[in-house]
Amino acid sequence: MRKMTKGQRIFNYMNSIFLSLLGLSMVLPLINIIAQSFSSSAAINTGAVSLWPVDATLSNYKVIVGDSLIWRSFLNSVIITVVGTLINLAATATLAYPLSRQEYLFRKPVLIMVLCTMIFSAPLIPNFLVIRELGLLDSLWALMLPMSIGAFHLFIMRSFFMSLPSELIDSSRIDGCGELGILWKIVLPLSKPALATLAIMYSVAHWNRYAEAIYFIRDRNLIPLQVRLREVVFQNQFEDPTNYMMLQTISPEGVKMAVIVVGTIPIILVYPFLQKYFVKGMLLGSVKS
Amino acid sequence: MASKLEKASVYEQFSSQRQLWQFVKKFWLLYALSIPGILYFIIFKYIPMSGSVIAFQNYSIFKGIGGSEWVGVDHFVRMFKYPEFLEILRNTLLIGLYDLIFVFPVPILLAILINELRMLVLKKLVQTAVYLPHFLSWVIVAGITMGILSPSTGIVNHVLGFFGIEPIYFLGENSFIRTILIGTGIWKESGWGTIIYLAAIAGVNPDLYESAEMDGAGRIRQTFAITLPTILPTIVIMFLLNIGNFLDFGFERVFVFLNPLNKANGEIIDTFVYQAGLVDKQYSYTTAIGLFKSVVGLLLIMIGNRLSKKATGESLY
Repeated sequence: MRKMTKGQRIFNYMNSIFLSLLGLSMVLPLINIIAQSFSSSAAINTGAVSLWPVDATLSNYKVIVGDSLIWRSFLNSVIITVVGTLINLAATATLAYPLSRQEYLFRKPVLIMVLCTMIFSAPLIPNFLVIRELGLLDSLWALMLPMSIGAFHLFIMRSFFMSLPSELIDSSRIDGCGELGILWKIVLPLSKPALATLAIMYSVAHWNRYAEAIYFIRDRNLIPLQVRLREVVFQNQFEDPTNYMMLQTISPEGVKMAVIVVGTIPIILVYPFLQKYFVKGMLLGSVKS
Repeated sequence: MASKLEKASVYEQFSSQRQLWQFVKKFWLLYALSIPGILYFIIFKYIPMSGSVIAFQNYSIFKGIGGSEWVGVDHFVRMFKYPEFLEILRNTLLIGLYDLIFVFPVPILLAILINELRMLVLKKLVQTAVYLPHFLSWVIVAGITMGILSPSTGIVNHVLGFFGIEPIYFLGENSFIRTILIGTGIWKESGWGTIIYLAAIAGVNPDLYESAEMDGAGRIRQTFAITLPTILPTIVIMFLLNIGNFLDFGFERVFVFLNPLNKANGEIIDTFVYQAGLVDKQYSYTTAIGLFKSVVGLLLIMIGNRLSKKATGESLY
């Protein structure tokens, strides 16, 4: 351990305090929202709620339970997250694998083709017209197929495949393994950590998807959770007349906070895994560039 | 060495067309696997790119690209004649500039400070906390912001009220929207942005610090003389990526905060293209605007790349 002068020690204290406060500023707003969502309207309106519910109540959540559109959009988000991520993994791995192998002679042109999409993207309207032409408007496919492969993710997967020892492939070929066997029995099982990282990166993106849903989905029954969240939080759009009745007695603020909590909880629950795998993925990706 | 030999042998096999064919046949699986991915890029990336030609037409959805009349650069001319567009361009440039000035340096500073933390437990805790907002959607972030800034129930207005200041409806004030956009950007992404810089700082040779210490250099001096120069290439690369995305502030990030009261200062190209294009169906005009944005973005990347190659030897490609 290095010896510290007095000035350095003061700096260390100040730095610790500053960063602790900064860390708290990232977490406290969330706790405040959770506390408000469990508090009574009266307490919220007087600003009495800080980090713990005041007059603890579930009435805010009762309004949400009565909103069938919230549940439907929640289900839509689960579908696009699960199915969409499976599509992502299949599409990304199947393209990344050939690109990682010497025997694939089109490596260069395909890589250039992918790189070009990273620095030049088509405007919104032509994208919209293609989706429309394919008949994907107002279907959940529009929130899954157009984002099947992320260029960044593809490069992460490719560099992981390339990092596998080539002797492994050679020796299994000598053992009589066909190309399919090599991929299925050797390469993919070894790539589980990379696949997990990609699965998490893709699924967070699906869960948080908003813009594409605004662009491509008009059908009220197909909107994902984020769209419904914004409607409730910013436009005060509630579903049933019974809810309006309840809203006479409950202030919408508390309900809005409860809706935000519903949208955030899934992310918070998986956050420990997220942090671990995302950091890995970021570093893998940055090594490449 | 081994790979070099292998490469040579791979090419020697193709003395004739037939042998090439046999080689491809032997590894047919690789070629078959790549087809769906290639199709994806063609259908969802390259066809829309070529579809951008409707910027030079009066595109009608019933006539299609083949049947619509060509109007040359009319839409581009119209774009720069309309004060409405110039206003939006100004917003986009200003918000992009603020983003570069106020948001970009924060992760660098944070990474250096986090790296100075001596207590490992605290370091882990701080990192866990500052990475969290990155995973929340913009809708959630906007919801939280609205809660905090609410005129009736928000904590900020309660504090202001304590000092006798009347409640302010921050999200409904034109003059606050850019500050809110930049502030939420810092809150959501600056913690996450430290990852790449922390990795770069971890790569600094510890011997350097030790010898600097022997020479009597203090912590601040060490930061400027050792840490910053070593992570400079990373900073340059990140700066380049930022410049390339200068006009790409992001649709969601702005749209979730936008309302008729703050539109004048908050509307950017992306949100305007959505409104005028998808909602009001001015397909060709908004494609022209989008194409303008993409081309400027491409130019910015190329210019930035050349500049950095000259200045530091670092480049993206």
